[in-house]
Order: sequence, then C-alpha cells, then structure tokens
Amino acid sequence: MGLTSKLGELGIVTVKLEDTVNWARTRAMWPMLFGLACCAIEMMSTQASVYDVSRFGMELMRPSPRQSDLMIVAGRVTRKMAPVLRQLYDQMPDPKWVLSMGDCASCGGVFNNYAIVQGVDEIVPVDVYIAGCPPRPEQLIHGIMTLHERVKQERLEDWV
Amino acid sequence: MTDIQETTIWEGDIQQLKGLVSERALAGETMVLNMGPQHPSTHGVLRLMLELDGETIISCVPDVGYLHTGIEKNMESKRYEQSIVMTDRMDYLSPMNNNLVYCLAIEKIAGLDVPERAQVIRVMLAELTRINSHLVWLATHALDIGAMSVFLYCFRERERLLDIFEIVSGQRMMSTYFRPGGIWRDLPAEFFPAVRSFLEDFPRRIEDYERLLTENPIWLDRTQGIGFLSADDAIKLGCSGPVLRGSGVNWDIRKAIPYSGYEQYDFDVPLGVHGDVYDRYLIRMEELRQSLRIIEQALARLPEGPFRSNNRKYVPPPRSELGQSMEAVIHHFKLWTEGFSLPESEVYVRIESPRGELGCFLRSDGGNKPARVHFRTPSFVHLSALPAMAKGYLIADLVGIIGTIDIVLGDCDR
Repeated sequence: MGLTSKLGELGIVTVKLEDTVNWARTRAMWPMLFGLACCAIEMMSTQASVYDVSRFGMELMRPSPRQSDLMIVAGRVTRKMAPVLRQLYDQMPDPKWVLSMGDCASCGGVFNNYAIVQGVDEIVPVDVYIAGCPPRPEQLIHGIMTLHERVKQERLEDWV
Repeated sequence: MTDIQETTIWEGDIQQLKGLVSERALAGETMVLNMGPQHPSTHGVLRLMLELDGETIISCVPDVGYLHTGIEKNMESKRYEQSIVMTDRMDYLSPMNNNLVYCLAIEKIAGLDVPERAQVIRVMLAELTRINSHLVWLATHALDIGAMSVFLYCFRERERLLDIFEIVSGQRMMSTYFRPGGIWRDLPAEFFPAVRSFLEDFPRRIEDYERLLTENPIWLDRTQGIGFLSADDAIKLGCSGPVLRGSGVNWDIRKAIPYSGYEQYDFDVPLGVHGDVYDRYLIRMEELRQSLRIIEQALARLPEGPFRSNNRKYVPPPRSELGQSMEAVIHHFKLWTEGFSLPESEVYVRIESPRGELGCFLRSDGGNKPARVHFRTPSFVHLSALPAMAKGYLIADLVGIIGTIDIVLGDCDR
C-alpha cells in the first residue's frame, strides 16, 4: 500500500483511495465453494492444511454466491451446467472476479466433444487462466497472486 | 458469448412434476425443494429434487448429467493406449483403479500376460489409491456433518500419498501409470522409503481420526440409525463395495473374483451389521487398515523382473533396444504411429474400486480404436439407491447419506 506521507504524531496516515480499496479487496477475496470436477479436489487441497490458502485472506469459502467475490471454475463445464454457472455468476455481487482453473475450464482440455463447453470464457468473463490438468495447488496460488496483482492495478476510473 | 437459454429459473407449475412427486405434493400439501447442483455438500454437481413433509423426506429424485463429459464416446475416437488418460478423469479420486480396469479389459482381449512384478506394483498402487480415496471421503463426510478438523488432518496425509504418486508417475492426481501389459516405467528408488515411512506413520493417523469421530457423541447421533439399507434392498439395487458390505453382505470382488493376483494376499473384508451410515464409516476405516496390510505384503513380495510384458505387438520396446534391433525400431514406429489393434471381441471385467464394483465393457472391431467402451460405475448405481436410503429421514440427515455412498459425480456421469 503506497503510504504517501505520515503526519507526525497525529496518528493519521494519508493514502490513495484506490490503493486502500485495492488492498482491502485483495486481502479478503472470498472464493465461492463451487467445485465441478477433478480440479475441485486440488482446490480442496489448496484450502487444506499443507497449502493453506487462508494465508491470502481466503479461509472462508462461501457456498452462497451472494457472499463471494471470486468464482474459481474448478473443472469441466458441461452444456447442462453452463446455464447454472452463468446464473451463479450473475448472483455474485460486484466487484467479482473469475479464475478459470485447469485446462477443461480454460479451453475444453482433452474433452473436445459434444458435452463440454470449450472454455468457460464462452459464458463468463475470465480474469486469470490457470493451465494444468489438474493444476497443482501451487499453480492455483500463483493464479490467485496474479489476480491480486491485477486487482492492485485497478484505478478509480475503472470503477465508475 | 454463447447464447444460453434462460431456463435456469423454473417457472412452471407443480403439475409438470406429475409422476416424479406424490399426489400430496401436487395438491400443495407437501413442499418440493431443489438441492444442488451448486451445494456445499453434494460432492460436486449432484442435483436432487426433494419432496418434504415438514423436515421429513418423502421422496428424493436425483438429476444426474451435470458433469456428463462424453468420456465413453470420446474414447471411441482415440486409440486404445491414448484413451487411458480419459479413464483417469472419470473417478478422479481413484484414477489408478480406473486405469486398472481399462487395462485389464484390453489385456483380456489381447491375451496379454502381465509380469509378476507389474501385478504386485499394480496392487500396491491400487491400494494406495484406495487409501487416498477413502481419505477424501472421510474428510468431506466429516466436514458435511460438521467436524472441520478431520478434513485438515485427512488432507495432510493425502498430500503424502500424492507425493508418492508424483514420484512414480510425475503427476499428483491424473497419473496414467498403468498401461496395457504392465506399467509405464519401473518404480524409482525414492518410492520405497516414501511408502515405508507412510506405512509406519499411517496406523497412528487412523487412530487419530477414530479418536476424533468413532465415539464422538455428535458423530454417533448424526450417523447411527441413519440411512438404513437392508441387505435385500442393497442387493436388489445393485449396490457394491462398502455400501453393500455395510448391510452385512460379504461381497468383495478382490475375494470373490480375484484379479491382479489378489488371491495371494491375506486381508479381511470388514462387514457391517446395522446397514446405517455409522457402519459404513466403520467399514471404510477398517478398509484403510486392510489396505495397509496388503501394501505391506506387496512390498515384501515384490519380485525382480520385467515391469511390463515382452509382447512387442502391444508394448513398446525399451529405449536401449532401439539402437541395436531393427525389429525394435519397427515395433516402436508401429506403436507410436498407429497403435495396436485388438481382435474382434467383447469383454466385461470388473474390479473393486474404493466405491464398489467398477466394471468395464469393451468391444473391439479389429481396429486400433475401441468400438464401444462402457463403464459400470459404482457411483451411478449407488445414486439410484439414494432415494431408498434417504426416504423417511430428516433433511439434515441427507448430507450424511450422500456422504456415506461416497459419490463422485465424475464417476457417475462420466
């Protein structure tokens, strides 16, 4: 967070509004508890003891889209699931971000057939793609960090 | 952006559900509730339509297909050895077992014999996969019922197993390690200390889990007498694995129709008495211990020798032969350009996956691609037993009942 100046002993810190808001957003970005397939198991590994994504302010997975900021599309999205996924995305309050986790969500992966949506970006706007089948938890964390960097770049004019 | 039909919000009237729900629901006396496909305790994308009288479940209609991946159809357009990667992604908690059943089907048609060393390695890894799968089951089952710490402990141990899979295959989950005629490559030296230390450590961990749950009064209240399934019903509904054994039926394919040399191992098949969620929990906990026993025996009797068949029509030659033998180069070229062909035939093989009977029907038409592959997956069959198990219990018990059949939607929908 860019501290622009410290005002002596008044206990007041002046910062840019953008930086403060972006800092707050990256420090408590609650993901939606929404697993689709194999990647969801790696997402659970990321949540669990060894990788512990709560280091990044994500210890709470919210099962309700109304309480979540980040949608991690973890797994293959079928044509039957696609409308549900879009509805979940629409129910999330702004600001919201989407992480496309794994090859299937990003581009269909090995399943180029009638059943699978060839990339979840056909139905929701994706911020960060994570490659891998399934991606390792480190990769998911890297994706989350990349998203954080992106959020920190956001400027006031982007919001209004 | 693709156009999506706006059909997600159901605005029809209740009369459209005629046949699925009872007359009382049509008359408005009972409530019809949707559960899923996005729900924290449905283990994926299961959707249930529940008919409730107060909090009591009158009927439960599963709606599957939210994860239908078309794997069986996709496999028809891939060569036999290419489609092994597809089987990993079916039941993503026990990929090695899926590899195994598919390889066994190919081997049965081809008449390939698998060397002893490969058989033992397969058994060892299949049992490690069973532990892996049961750990995820225990973690999510306990989490659904409200025991958060078990989840963290189970995933800690699971990481060690995933490290072992990474040592042997280079991948944590989707290992694609078993190949027709044997395995991909021999076990690396790092495998043995990793497995030994796991075997040493894990019995204490099972005790830890049991101390947290087995006599925990909340756990007992939430699991004992819930989700009852009688032995007759379990057989009639086609249940297998821990769900069937929980009702007291002694049926384990590893014992009944042994494959991969399971008849040479000494292990017990735990059986339940009451046929409820708690008994199935006890059975799976005991299976963890029995799997450890099998792995110990396999480690002790692991013979030296080739790790895959020498039948060059199906198995590629080792790299060392390529510089010396023209025949090896020809076989290598043939296998990597067009793969192997199987004679016209059809087989059905079955194995005991962590969830129950996993069967593979394979029909070959003489070409290098399967004409039809079908998997008989335990999750799909058990899902049809879910309405029978859930009927009459409270809606709060449903998450426990879903957990007890250890459903994996990838396995169910394929």
